[in-house]
Amino acid sequence: MMLDRPDQGGEVPARGDARTKLTMGPVLFNWDPKVWRDFYYTIADQADVDSVCLGEVVCSKRAPLFAPHIPAVIERLRAAGKEVVLSSLALIMAPREMDQMRELAATDEFLIEANDISVAALLEGRDHGIGPFVNVYNEGTLGFLAARGARRICLPTELPAGAINALQKFSAELDTELEIMVFGRLPLAISARCYHARSAGLHKDNCQFVCGQDSDGLVVDTLDGDPFLAINGPQTLSASYLSLAAEIQALQAMGIRRFRLSPHSMDMVKVADVFRALTTGTIDGEEAGTRIAEISGSVATCNGHFHAASGCRSLCL
Amino acid sequence: MTGAAAMELVCPAGTPASLKAAVASGADAVYLGFRDDTNARNFPGLNFSRAELEENLDYAHGRGCKIFLAVNTFPAAGDPGPWHRAVDDAAALGVDAIIVADIGLADYATRKHPNLRRHLSVQASASNPESIRFYQRSFGVKRVVLPRVLTIPEIAALNREIEVETEVFVFGGLCVMAEGRCSLSSYVTGQSPNTNGVCSPASHVQYTSEGDRLISRLGDFTINAFEEGEPAGYPTLCKGRFCAGGKTSYLFEEPTSLNAIGLLSELREAGVTGLKIEGRQRGKAYIAKVVKSFRDAIDAMERGEVIAPADLSSLTEGGENTTGAYERAWR
Repeated sequence: MMLDRPDQGGEVPARGDARTKLTMGPVLFNWDPKVWRDFYYTIADQADVDSVCLGEVVCSKRAPLFAPHIPAVIERLRAAGKEVVLSSLALIMAPREMDQMRELAATDEFLIEANDISVAALLEGRDHGIGPFVNVYNEGTLGFLAARGARRICLPTELPAGAINALQKFSAELDTELEIMVFGRLPLAISARCYHARSAGLHKDNCQFVCGQDSDGLVVDTLDGDPFLAINGPQTLSASYLSLAAEIQALQAMGIRRFRLSPHSMDMVKVADVFRALTTGTIDGEEAGTRIAEISGSVATCNGHFHAASGCRSLCL
Repeated sequence: MTGAAAMELVCPAGTPASLKAAVASGADAVYLGFRDDTNARNFPGLNFSRAELEENLDYAHGRGCKIFLAVNTFPAAGDPGPWHRAVDDAAALGVDAIIVADIGLADYATRKHPNLRRHLSVQASASNPESIRFYQRSFGVKRVVLPRVLTIPEIAALNREIEVETEVFVFGGLCVMAEGRCSLSSYVTGQSPNTNGVCSPASHVQYTSEGDRLISRLGDFTINAFEEGEPAGYPTLCKGRFCAGGKTSYLFEEPTSLNAIGLLSELREAGVTGLKIEGRQRGKAYIAKVVKSFRDAIDAMERGEVIAPADLSSLTEGGENTTGAYERAWR
């Protein structure tokens, strides 16, 4: 199949191209469709990223809301030379959802990222991606999926450096690229139950799309008032924002050449600039931290999982 | 798969004493794990050594009860040895099935021990027909333990589309998140169900008194606070009280247990084969009472009788129970 990779155009870089790539992950939140569209337009026109994921990952009820804008968004991204990646749902239960995923998997024009093993199964034998919602913890699973066409795997966010290093060493022998999420609220859990609806005293079937009111999720505080988690429909995220800014160099030293930024309502073009500058070595982790604080309004950040500690921790190297 | 024969009651055991209680109380199968992080109930003082498994296999088999070994955490990168040894030993000792979640481990078991029966753990979160067919086609799994996300009509529809047996949880602790896809515990404690086989581990729990209130904490976070006289539940982090949108509530789930004893005939109609009781961390008295209640209910159903479900409220968390995702309104 033809993958929509910009680097398959006129200038074909040598295999093992040293340029580190950035992926803008899929918007996980229920943004107003016009905001959603304009976000992707801005990313297409201004963000220094190589690949852009789109598609509903969290709640199938939202997909029809922004669907009318998808063709124009794809066109804009492609015109800007970005690789378009279509992300699948993470939790597939209803026959209607399964049918949507079969339709997605029938697409041959884009790299499809499977966030559930069912979608990877539908793509078996063709080049595809594996998203961070599929459990790839070890070489056995990585090798099995790679042999069936997984060309790019965004690893689960709870993996520590040692596991990432071992998997990167293993994947160097395969035609499969590993991607590490380095920025954004951590996707911690997904459920059949909608917590946004529950928090508003509503039922999922009549949720009134209350999740649309919280563009970065609704923060969940402890009884002491400490920000703890954030809910996004049936998804639970961390209240803190993952930032592996200070760890980019270590990841690059392992051989990781692709990093994922997860979209939030802050200026993601500037966030991408920070991570680009990190990957090219023009700024260090400390400078990046300062810039991210400026861009984000000083959100709390965390990096514990990388350091084999509680994920909520923010540890110094 | 639909139209199965008699339903099978699958019961937990964390110790040889619990196993014997389950067998004596009418378990058709007992599931258990080795004493390490290869299984999802890796709690201090629980689980079986190789010698204990060997001895108890004979005990159970002599009484017509099967033994399933859960090897259902995800092997660590760079160190698959403990998981591979668990599968090898399960095959050598002659367990009736292994319960696995990881694709790589399922692949290992399929290649190394093709005749060892494989069940897919709930931790694999196989919630739809394409996922289940993938595990059947790739690893010949004979049974899938369904994640606690599906309604009974959805289970029935699923069973019409697949050719393997399904097993569902009917009693005990209730994950409100899709199993195997939750890193809340590792976010707070660094210990996760997927990699360490624990959730909200006791080693990270603290209770402190503040005036008349008892505060429960997990890691750095307050999970709940109890007024005097209010029963203080264990701070499983998805069953805590939190504040969101200006309201304080049990946002994810109340402290409650799953109890589907009133839904057994619907589950049979939906084509379910295995009825699973959660609770390898529970004591033998608990196991005996729950297993006996379900045995009686299943036997009565098979005889076509209707009996009043046993009152198990003393055995549920906070005395509360729910039918969970089996009823659509739970969502």
